[in-house]
Amino acid sequence: MDLSTNYMGLSLKHPVVASASPLSESLHGIRRLEDGGVAAVVLFSLFEEQIQQENEVFSRLLTAGSESFAESLSYFPATTAHHAGPDRYLELIRRAVEAVDIPVIASLNCVSDEGWIDYARQIEQAGAHGLELNIYGIETDPTISGGEIEQRYVNSLTAVKSAVHIPVALKLSPYFSAMAHMAVRLERAGADALVLFNRFYQPDVDVERLDLHPSLELSSPSEIRLPLLWIALLHGKLRLSLGATTGVAGAGEVVKYLLAGADAVMTASALLRHGPSYAAVLVKGLEHWMDAHGFASVTLLKGIMGHDRIANPAAYERANYLKVLDSYQMPPV
Amino acid sequence: MHSTIETTLDGNEAVAYIAYRINEVCAIYPITPSSTMAELADQWAAEGKTNIWGNVPLVVEMQSEGGAAGAVHGALQTGALTTTFTASQGLLLMIPNMYKIAGELTPTVFHVAARSLAAQGLSIFGDHSDVAAVRPTGFAQLASGSVQEAHDMAALAQAASLESRIPFVHFFDGFRTSHEVNKLTLIPDQTLRALIDPVRVREHRARALNPDNPFIRGTAQNPDVYFQGRETVNPFYARLPEIVQSQFDKFAGLSGRQYRLFDYFGDPQAERVAVVMGSGALTLRETVAFLCRRGEKVGVVQTRLALPFSAPHFLAALPPSVRAIAVLDRLKLPGAMGEPLYTDVVTALAESGSPVRVIGGRYGLSSKEFTPAMAKAVLDELARPQPKNHFTVGIRDDVSHTSLDYDERFEIEPEDVVRALFFGLGADGTVGANKNSIKIIGESTPLYAQGYFVYDSKKSGSRTVSHVRFGPRPIESPYLIRSAGFIGCHQFNFVEKIDVLEHSRPGAVFLLNSPYGPDTVWDHLPRPVQERIIAQNIAFYVIDASKVAAESGMGGRTNTIMQTCFFALSGVLPREEAIERIKTSIRKTYGKKGEDVVKMNFAAVDHTLAHLYRVEVPARATSRLEMPPPVPPEAPDFVQRVTAAMMAGAGDTLPVSALPVDGTYPSGTTRWEKRNIADTVPVWEPDICIQCGNCSFVCPHSVIRAKFYPESRLAGAPAGFKSAPINARGFPETRYTLQVYVEDCTGCGLCVEVCPVRSPREAGVKAINMRPKAPVLEQERSSIPFFERLPVNDRSRVDFSSVRGAQFLEPLFEFSGACAGCGETPYVRLLSQLFGDRLLVANATGCSSIYGGNLPTTPWSKNAEGRGPAWSNSLFEDNAEFGLGFRLSADKHLALARQRLKELGPRLPAGLADDILNAPQRAESEIRRQRQRVATLKSALRDIDCEAARDLLSVADHLVRRSIWIVGGDGWAYDIGSAGLDHVLASGRDVNVLVLDTEVYSNTGGQMSKSTPLGAVTKFAAAGKPVAKKDLALQAIAYGNVYVARIAMGANPQQTLLALREAEAYPGPSLVLAYSHCIAHGIDMRQGLKQQDLAAASGHWPLLRYNPALRRADRNPFVLDSPRPRIKLKDYAMNELRYKMLAHSRPAESERLMALAQQVVDQKWETYEEMASRSGAHFHPDASLKTQ
Repeated sequence: MDLSTNYMGLSLKHPVVASASPLSESLHGIRRLEDGGVAAVVLFSLFEEQIQQENEVFSRLLTAGSESFAESLSYFPATTAHHAGPDRYLELIRRAVEAVDIPVIASLNCVSDEGWIDYARQIEQAGAHGLELNIYGIETDPTISGGEIEQRYVNSLTAVKSAVHIPVALKLSPYFSAMAHMAVRLERAGADALVLFNRFYQPDVDVERLDLHPSLELSSPSEIRLPLLWIALLHGKLRLSLGATTGVAGAGEVVKYLLAGADAVMTASALLRHGPSYAAVLVKGLEHWMDAHGFASVTLLKGIMGHDRIANPAAYERANYLKVLDSYQMPPV
Repeated sequence: MHSTIETTLDGNEAVAYIAYRINEVCAIYPITPSSTMAELADQWAAEGKTNIWGNVPLVVEMQSEGGAAGAVHGALQTGALTTTFTASQGLLLMIPNMYKIAGELTPTVFHVAARSLAAQGLSIFGDHSDVAAVRPTGFAQLASGSVQEAHDMAALAQAASLESRIPFVHFFDGFRTSHEVNKLTLIPDQTLRALIDPVRVREHRARALNPDNPFIRGTAQNPDVYFQGRETVNPFYARLPEIVQSQFDKFAGLSGRQYRLFDYFGDPQAERVAVVMGSGALTLRETVAFLCRRGEKVGVVQTRLALPFSAPHFLAALPPSVRAIAVLDRLKLPGAMGEPLYTDVVTALAESGSPVRVIGGRYGLSSKEFTPAMAKAVLDELARPQPKNHFTVGIRDDVSHTSLDYDERFEIEPEDVVRALFFGLGADGTVGANKNSIKIIGESTPLYAQGYFVYDSKKSGSRTVSHVRFGPRPIESPYLIRSAGFIGCHQFNFVEKIDVLEHSRPGAVFLLNSPYGPDTVWDHLPRPVQERIIAQNIAFYVIDASKVAAESGMGGRTNTIMQTCFFALSGVLPREEAIERIKTSIRKTYGKKGEDVVKMNFAAVDHTLAHLYRVEVPARATSRLEMPPPVPPEAPDFVQRVTAAMMAGAGDTLPVSALPVDGTYPSGTTRWEKRNIADTVPVWEPDICIQCGNCSFVCPHSVIRAKFYPESRLAGAPAGFKSAPINARGFPETRYTLQVYVEDCTGCGLCVEVCPVRSPREAGVKAINMRPKAPVLEQERSSIPFFERLPVNDRSRVDFSSVRGAQFLEPLFEFSGACAGCGETPYVRLLSQLFGDRLLVANATGCSSIYGGNLPTTPWSKNAEGRGPAWSNSLFEDNAEFGLGFRLSADKHLALARQRLKELGPRLPAGLADDILNAPQRAESEIRRQRQRVATLKSALRDIDCEAARDLLSVADHLVRRSIWIVGGDGWAYDIGSAGLDHVLASGRDVNVLVLDTEVYSNTGGQMSKSTPLGAVTKFAAAGKPVAKKDLALQAIAYGNVYVARIAMGANPQQTLLALREAEAYPGPSLVLAYSHCIAHGIDMRQGLKQQDLAAASGHWPLLRYNPALRRADRNPFVLDSPRPRIKLKDYAMNELRYKMLAHSRPAESERLMALAQQVVDQKWETYEEMASRSGAHFHPDASLKTQ
């Protein structure tokens, strides 16, 4: 049985990929992911803002209390105390690329054009096989229009593509007015893959402490619907690869995403929940399903439920919505 | 001559650079002001920098200077080129080994940043007391007077030592030279290799102990040969002066810098000559040159080889015309005929039959300024018919009348040297910016630059004054600037408190960081400042640097902005060139932090000039604002006369008669110094407060006080005085007030973090919240006096056993100068609350002795009855023994009192003696009753006219049980004082030891101690500490009869309280280890208590108590107060820079060490858990408690 797939120009032995998560924060973790059976690993994200903030904190703590009292003009060795910038991240890439046989995809989130270009270039030089742009932001400025935000995406991508030769994927939010159009624009700007969709930090309210409760829940299978929809809708309309993420609980979700048209299926929640070895369980489940349903290769099943392939494409559209509404049964009062 | 590099360094680095490059082994220990040399050596070794021999020196921290000297001795005896760095008491601890090293003719150089010795008080500042104290050891002594000289002499001492086999002390003035930043020419490696003869190095190795060529060295000798043996070395010392001079000459050929054993400067026909060594020589050289230009026949001999003192060389250096000599020594030998240089000169002249008159005098003790005016006074004195001998200069001695008068207005500084003074806060980056300016000028222009920085005596909110000179020639003026052409005041409120223009010269530029613009600032200046500006025709500029910083995205950082203003106004460089150089420097400094940071700084520089305004100065002073007096009129006489002068920066003007003769100072003087260093302060919300006491329990500066009182006492309360019904049963019509002493607050915010209450109505509001001070200041100024008039709560009515109760105990340790958010002082304050009125504290040198005892104001105070903690600091190394001495006195005098009481019992009121002798004294109420009995006794004794009564009266106070506490940090307890502590714990005596464990040498700037945890990065462990922290608790528990507790206020305040009370009540030795978060951990200090909690939760700091009293009852004496670790070590550790640094710089090593550290935690926990589950019978029996 041929499980192999091509994702953003990278040949993967199967479609199950570890998405960015704390599991890939250390070499040990990356090795565990490989041993667990993933076909590729997307590293945890490097945040430009975080680096800036960390630098700021480092610098503040390093100099706190210094030059104040004659006996203690500093409190830490003046040695190369802190590798400012992305050095640690780059070092992890270098070590990971040497240590594992699967493709290593870096993940980057920047706030400035210089940042995108500079860090992307360094990531490529460190040996990453691919780069995922984790464009994450909640625009709160009421003077910024949707069009400007879209242009920002395109600009960031263009900047990165001009700087590196490795394949570049974009991990997107679902909140575009015209997702299909946006996808096309990004493809024209050089994207090698789109990853659908990013999940956002949405704080809860603690009603007792009158405080925000910052927590990120692991994804649940019910969240698969939105990315599933858009992968199916985009399938066949673009040449670039589609990566599916969010809501993978078991092999069933892997199969669904592939049927909808994903080239790779990513999960962090399932691996965090069950451990890295759960990747092998997912792959095994995929094999069982393919075996049971007579598919000899992933290529054959990819996208057969895509918008472009199914007999009734309207099922993915408004008509389907009306049908769902009609079928809704009121609970007994 | 070899090619050279010019750079700017301070004296310590200039010396360490050489010592590191020449030596193979450095045994080190931190002590101010020499610590930097050791830190640099350790840092360079961690970075793999090689010496001139192509290898990386071994740098080893020892447990004390005594240990360092021992290691040096051993390394020398086995052939390694070995050095050490030290000062003051550290050098004294090296004395025994120094005799050995010299007696065995072993070449080495000890580099000493010369410092005062602790006598009537400790001083970290510079003089020659320490090096004079080691004169008898046999070490030669070579003195340096400047940064360049210190650099050169460091190499020359080593060369001469190898050549002669005589060990050297190379010294330079602590702070004045060790901390002065100056431009110098580095000695290239090629020159060092030419100086250090490899043949001599191999000879040194050949003399080493070697089993392939065995001999013994270090025999015990008897009356028959010891004496002769001592005399064998004479030829070596006799040859030494010529050897040193020949090295000087060789160096001159290599570097162009010629030195002589005694360098003469001045008129060749001089009649009056001063003899001096160290930085004072440079002041004299400048002064002599100035006076010679005015035609005076004066000169100065700068002594370089101070020991052995070569009389022939000295005599040859003197001009034949000399008629009178003044010898200046920078130390005092009480009772001696004169200080060492003086006696050497007198002896040399006497033995040569010279008729020249010689006088000697003292100057510059503890970095007291030695100015050209003072130098001139000395030379002028020689012109008198009967010059004063054994004089002092620089002080006013109105007791013994030794001092010379001098004219403070005497100035010699050349016009073409730019002299600038900058007033800033430690926290605002002023010093850093000035050091940067010196680097910019010194290293990228042909100009020369010098910087010296003066810090105040507090660790929080401290003021800095930068003295900076730029000029076309090397700057060798080792004294503070007295007439500045540029004065920068980086904090507006300074102009309201201190005379920042005191040293302005006519026409000077005054730059003020001001929230008020050029049109309004004038009206906000005090009248004396206005008058000075007008009188001196000062060009006055303002900039709102905080605003420019905010607009440039720099937050509150104003240093780059003020630096730009200086360059724009001072004319040191053409403006455009200066701006360009600042930007180059910014790119160099911040380049790695990202382009955004660079751009932000560039923007700040560009905006600066647009916001810099010259102020039109009116013709007349119009202000009604006066400089406030340093202390209020109600302050006691001593505070008015002495303390206030020190506070105002006028301590130099105090005459000898003003000062206590024996170092005794009054308690409780911090209360007179309202420092107002916090912009935000805690504000209490009485309506939602549950009165738990947590905030006052953790307040490091004792600024949150609580009282309860009858409602009727509120009559006459000022408007706005806050009060709430007390939240306790059984107290009808009783009110509660939590008063914040806002003018003493440092704004640390620990109180807010620890407050458990959240407003049910307003998100984010607690029962105490940080708010801007300005709007509440006047209210609190009127509330505090009223609060103070409310009665202090009766200690016998307060529940000592709860945090809630403890808030009502009066703190007798208040408003210390410790860091904002200090993790140590809450424990110290609690001690003072629990036992303060009968407390004796022996305090090891360190942070706690500095915030506890550094003048001008000190925090240990007393209650309304006049009782309070009696506090003293002996040394660093001896504190346990010092405290045991307190106990021995107390035991002895208690026994004497009891004996006399028994004798006098029949003559006293009936039953009084028995009542006193048999009184229980554990509970506060019992102690109170005993105090009343003793008062009755003392009153009765005054009416009995006999020796026994007078004897009893002198010791009767001991009949009230004293609480003796030995307090210090981990540097003391784990390292330098470890053996003494061990011995005192083993003594079985009733002493209590409180270790304020910051896991690092905090006071000297963060060096590793044996308490430092595995994996933490500190100075001396730049690559992460590879060894686990010593478990002092288990060591003490092993004795069986020591009460031991490990506490962390932030983890369990109730356990802290319980442990301190149990320790005090236990009638044997007690050891309490208190986790003290510290600025040296690299944490946001506001999170300090949270880190304490995480330390306990991770198992790094398990809370425990070992109470031998339980063992006696056959119960398990070991109580584990912490639950099982609930988080991993890294979840605690990685919140702290000390751990995080390694994770960033060497992630793999950090992962390795953290994994090992986790193992240590796990194993330790297993041990504790096992101990906690044993039966009492499995612990050592306690023989010493048989009577109990």
